[in-house]
Amino acid sequence: MRANTWAGRNKVKVRDVPDPRILNERDAIVRITSTAICGSDLHLVDGYVPTMQDGDVMGHEFMGEVIEVGRSVDPDRLRVGDRVVVPFPIACGVCGACAAELYSCCENSNPNAGIAEKMFGHPVAGIFGYSHLTGGFAGGQAQYARVPFADVGPLKIESELTDEQVLFLSDILPTGYMGAEMCDIQSTDVVAVWGAGPVGQFAMDSARMLGAAKVIAIDKEPYRLQMAERAGHTPVNFEEVDVRSRLLELTGGRGPDKCIDAVGMESSHGSAPIHAYDRVKQAVRSETERPHALRQAIMSCRSGGIVSVIGVYGGFLDKFPAGAWMNRALTLRTGQCHVQRYMEPLLRRIERGDIDPTRVITHTLPLDQAERGFEIFKNKQDNCEKVVLKP
Amino acid sequence: MAQLAAPDTVRRISGVDDSPTSRAVVPLVGARELVHAAGLLTSRRKSIWAWTRVAGDAMDLASLGMAIAHRGGRRRRRLVAVTGAVVGITVVDLLTAVQATRTKAVRGSREGGFMELTATTTIRKPPPTVYAFWRDLGNLPTFMAHLEEIRTTGDRTSHWSAGAPFGKNVEWDAEIVDEAPGEKIAWRSTGNADVPNAGTVRFGPAPDGVSTEVHVVLSYDIPGGAVGKAVARYFGEEPHQQLDDDLRRLKQVLETGEVVRSEGAPWGKRARKEFPQRPAQPLSDSEFAKGAQA
Repeated sequence: MRANTWAGRNKVKVRDVPDPRILNERDAIVRITSTAICGSDLHLVDGYVPTMQDGDVMGHEFMGEVIEVGRSVDPDRLRVGDRVVVPFPIACGVCGACAAELYSCCENSNPNAGIAEKMFGHPVAGIFGYSHLTGGFAGGQAQYARVPFADVGPLKIESELTDEQVLFLSDILPTGYMGAEMCDIQSTDVVAVWGAGPVGQFAMDSARMLGAAKVIAIDKEPYRLQMAERAGHTPVNFEEVDVRSRLLELTGGRGPDKCIDAVGMESSHGSAPIHAYDRVKQAVRSETERPHALRQAIMSCRSGGIVSVIGVYGGFLDKFPAGAWMNRALTLRTGQCHVQRYMEPLLRRIERGDIDPTRVITHTLPLDQAERGFEIFKNKQDNCEKVVLKP
Repeated sequence: MAQLAAPDTVRRISGVDDSPTSRAVVPLVGARELVHAAGLLTSRRKSIWAWTRVAGDAMDLASLGMAIAHRGGRRRRRLVAVTGAVVGITVVDLLTAVQATRTKAVRGSREGGFMELTATTTIRKPPPTVYAFWRDLGNLPTFMAHLEEIRTTGDRTSHWSAGAPFGKNVEWDAEIVDEAPGEKIAWRSTGNADVPNAGTVRFGPAPDGVSTEVHVVLSYDIPGGAVGKAVARYFGEEPHQQLDDDLRRLKQVLETGEVVRSEGAPWGKRARKEFPQRPAQPLSDSEFAKGAQA
C-alpha cells in the first residue's frame, strides 16, 4: 500500500510499504477513506519529539471502512463493513485510567511504556503514527491501518454525514472542545485562545457553544484571524499589538477569565530576546519547548482564572512563571484529549448543527501529495488552515 | 577558573570581547565548569557527571559557532582556534563519559553476587483472580520475558527453564515454601541450581475496592564465571526495567487478554530491549512470521 512516512528531520515521503495485518486478536484493519495532517505532526517532522524512525508511517486522524476484524473483537461493537472514525489515543477500555475516562493515559496500550515512563514519570497511551515514545504504532496517512482494541475506540457512523463532517472527531474537534470544557465556562466569561490553527478554532467555537460571553483569538496570521473573526470571535494580532495590554483593554483591566493554550511547544512570538533564548536552548536540546504562549497565558489570566493547555508539550520547559501561577490562585488544567469520552456527544452536536467542523478545511489533496500538504501547512502558504488527504 | 577570575582577559584571547552578551556568558561558563568538577570529585556516579560535561561542551560549541558566524578578521581567527581547542576537549570528555558508563555496566558481571529486585503494579481485577492466575505457574512465561517454560511437578514443586537470552539454557527445580491463598506466594530454587533464586509475590486489595496491588520481590545469587556472566548479560544494565516490563505485561494479559503489540515493537514479550526497534510500518512477510512465533 501507499503510506506517508517520516524520512528524517523536516522530511516526509510517500512510499510503498507492506499492507497491515492483524497482530492482536482485538485488532481491526480499516481501509482509509479520509485522513488529515495535524499540527502535532509538525512537531514530529521537525524532530522535536524524540524516537522517530526513518520509515514510520505518520498520521493519527483517520476514518474509513472496517475490512477485517480479529477473533476477539466483540461483534456487537464492530463488524466488517462498518464505517468508523478512529480516535487517536489507543485505549484498552478496562484499565484504571480508562475506567476513569482518562483514555489518553491508558495503562495497557503502549508497548514502549518503559521509554515513556522515563520521559514522563508514568507511561501514556499508545497513539497512531506518533513516535515510538507512544508505542511505535503505524499511522493512518495510508491506504490501510491496523486499529488495536478496535471494539473500544472507533465510533460507528451510521448516518449520511460526509467524511469531512465527522473526520475531525478523531482528534482536533474533541481536543478543542476539551480545551474549552476544562475552563468550566460561565456565561460571564471572557475566554482568550492562543493559536488560531484548527484546534484553536474549535476551542473558540466550543467556548462559544458552552456559553462564553466573549471569545478572543490570538495569532499572527491574518488569514487565521479573519477565519476566527468570520466565526464571531475577536481577533488580536500579536505582531501588531502588545497582547497583554490589548487583553486588559478588552476585559476592563481584569484579564481574560479563562485562557486556552492551543499552541504548544513551538510557539513563535514577538519578543526577540526571549525567542532567541528559547530557540538556542531548543537547538542544543537542553530545552524541548518554546513555551511563550503558555507564559503569556499565565501572566495575562485574571486572578483565580483557569489556564487550559491543549497545545502539545514534549519534554521540559524553562522560565515557567510559577510565581504568577501560585500567588494569583490560577488553576492549570491540561491533557492529551481523552477523545473516546467526547466522540459520541460531539457527533450528536454535529448532527444537530451546533458546530460545523468543515469550516477549517482549506485544502483537500490525494495521499500521494502528502509532502506538498505538509509543506504548505507548515509554512502557512496559500492560507492553509487544514489539509485533508484522500488515499 | 580563569573565566571567573579574569573574564575580560579570557574574552580578549578568545575573540568575543566585542559583544555585551559575552560579559555575562563567560563567567557563567566558568561557574558551570566548577559545578561539573565538584560533581566529578564528590559523586559516586561519575559517569553521569562526565556526561554533563559533554552536554556543557555541546553548549559551548553552539555559542562559539554563533559567535564565529557574526565575526570577521583577527577575532574570527582567534575564535576558530578556541573552537578547535573546545572540540578537542569535547572528544576527551566524550571518551571519558563512554568509558565511565561502560565500566559501571560491566562490573556486576565480573564480580557476581546477590541481587534483589522489587517491582509493583496495580491490576483492575480482584485479588483472588490475580492470585489464581499466578498460582498456575505455567502462566508465568506468558508475560515474563526470560522464562521459557515452567512445568508443575507436584503440589508445591515445579521445574523452571529460562531460554535463549542467557546464551544457554538455565534450568532449576523450585518449591513453594509459603503461601496464603489470595494473598501471597513465596518460592525458592532447590537442589543444585545454576543460579540459586527465590521470590515472593503479595496480592493486596487496592483502595478502589476492585483492583489488586501486586508486590514482587525476587532475589538471585549470581555466581562468578561463565554462567554468572551470561546471567548478568541477560539482565543488562537495567534489571529493574526488565521486571517492571514483566509486570506491565502481566497487567495487560489479565486486563485485556493479550500482550499488546505495535508495528515498531511487534514481538510481544520477546521485546526485551526497547530501544532497537523497527520502523512503525506494517510488517513484511518474514517479519510477520518471526512475530507469529513469539
